[in-house]
Amino acid sequence: MAASFAAAAGANVHPLAFERWSAGETRLHQLDPRVKLLAALGLLLVIAWTDRSSAAAFGGYFLLLTSFLWAARIPLPGSLLRTLMVLPFVAGVVILNLWGGDPARAILTMARSMFSAYTAIALLSSTPFPALMRGLERLRVPPFLVMVLHFVYRYLFLLTNQAQDMLRARRCRAPEPRRRTRFWSASAGAVAILFARGYDRAERIHHAMLARGFESHFPVMHARQTPSADWWWLAAVLVLTAGIHLAARSWPL
Amino acid sequence: MEPLIQVRNLHYSYPDGTPALRGVDFELWPAETVAVLGANGSGKTTFLLHLLGLVGGKSEGDVVVRGLALRKENFTKIRRMIGMLFQDSDDQLFMPTVEEDVAFGPLNMGLAQDEVERRVRQSLRQVGMEHVASRPPYHLSAGEKRRVALAGVLAMSPEMILLDEPSTFLDPPARSSLVEILRSLPQAQCLVTHDLTLARQLASRAVYFEKGEITLQGGVEDVIARAGWETLDARRSDAPR
Repeated sequence: MAASFAAAAGANVHPLAFERWSAGETRLHQLDPRVKLLAALGLLLVIAWTDRSSAAAFGGYFLLLTSFLWAARIPLPGSLLRTLMVLPFVAGVVILNLWGGDPARAILTMARSMFSAYTAIALLSSTPFPALMRGLERLRVPPFLVMVLHFVYRYLFLLTNQAQDMLRARRCRAPEPRRRTRFWSASAGAVAILFARGYDRAERIHHAMLARGFESHFPVMHARQTPSADWWWLAAVLVLTAGIHLAARSWPL
Repeated sequence: MEPLIQVRNLHYSYPDGTPALRGVDFELWPAETVAVLGANGSGKTTFLLHLLGLVGGKSEGDVVVRGLALRKENFTKIRRMIGMLFQDSDDQLFMPTVEEDVAFGPLNMGLAQDEVERRVRQSLRQVGMEHVASRPPYHLSAGEKRRVALAGVLAMSPEMILLDEPSTFLDPPARSSLVEILRSLPQAQCLVTHDLTLARQLASRAVYFEKGEITLQGGVEDVIARAGWETLDARRSDAPR
């Protein structure tokens, strides 16, 4: 019974779109994660620099990213839909700009945010998370930061599953809480328990690490050589991105 | 012949002062499997963690592993000699992929890349999990996770293995497969379990923990019978009265 519950919990995790998409085997999936990280960083910087005078560049970025996703055989509707997830985060700024009588700035802010999200989606859906972490390590991102990212990703699913189990258990015993205050107090209790469980798990993980000789440094197994074609790909993407930006600046809308 | 692990009059209290182990005497001999039985909260897991120097707090008594006293300066050597399989495999499988996880111990031992890769292949083959080497551990079933966690322990070539409730969360086929693997290992094993069938299948003798003390020891059947462990009048501290 416990195993079937565990399997059911695992099934909740499996359909994660990024996990499925990043397991592809196209040439873009096989690129060294460092070149994809650097290309994404370059694109993000250029998007941040894109202003009203070069707004036409967004069309070029769209074509560039969409062709990348197409070549990596990643579903476009799903990717585009996921760019909407930034809306709640920029809504406040957009509303303030509209309120201040500057709709152009509001549109620019939204475009920058959504294209940044589109870039991140292209990166995450073409690179398995473990490879992404190895790429960050090899780009000399502080190991502690990479370790934190890795652990958050590794154990987020478990915490989510635990939260879902607690939610189900609460629904079984209180299908419709009579008072809203009772609902919030039960939720706050559940969060506290989840935190305590997370803390306990962190301690057990640390024990497991020490038991296998961990001494504050994460060892790396593979140090694969990057094919020169990957670096040429990076150069091409950066040149193309800069070209789109400069062309849009030269011929404003 | 010397015992691999020798524990004499071990007392241990948690950092908050709660006593957890009270005068434990224990020995683990080469090639034997000892079942450690007892109620929840009787100190079994704390005892295992203590053997690896993984618990903070105040302790008294002697723990000697292959002639090395359990002291901070010997922790590295002792942790190479003793492998531990934790109760929840998710605690033990923290690296991004299976092969990286299995390689974690050997890399920490400072072994050469070739040797690490050889050990990873060999230990994954030993537990029948070579086919998942490149997969992230969180996509595996409970039984697969347990076997991969065991591979991570075996890759360090330990002389003895501590197993904390190894059959928890396993369905019957996964459990049988684990029993087969554990039976085939040449290492001495210390098996903490509530699963009496598992204890009978694997262990040559048993000890029974009660409130931080070993109160019974002997043959597996004898200890189970004397503890009343299969009946309602068991000596469990949380058994209904």
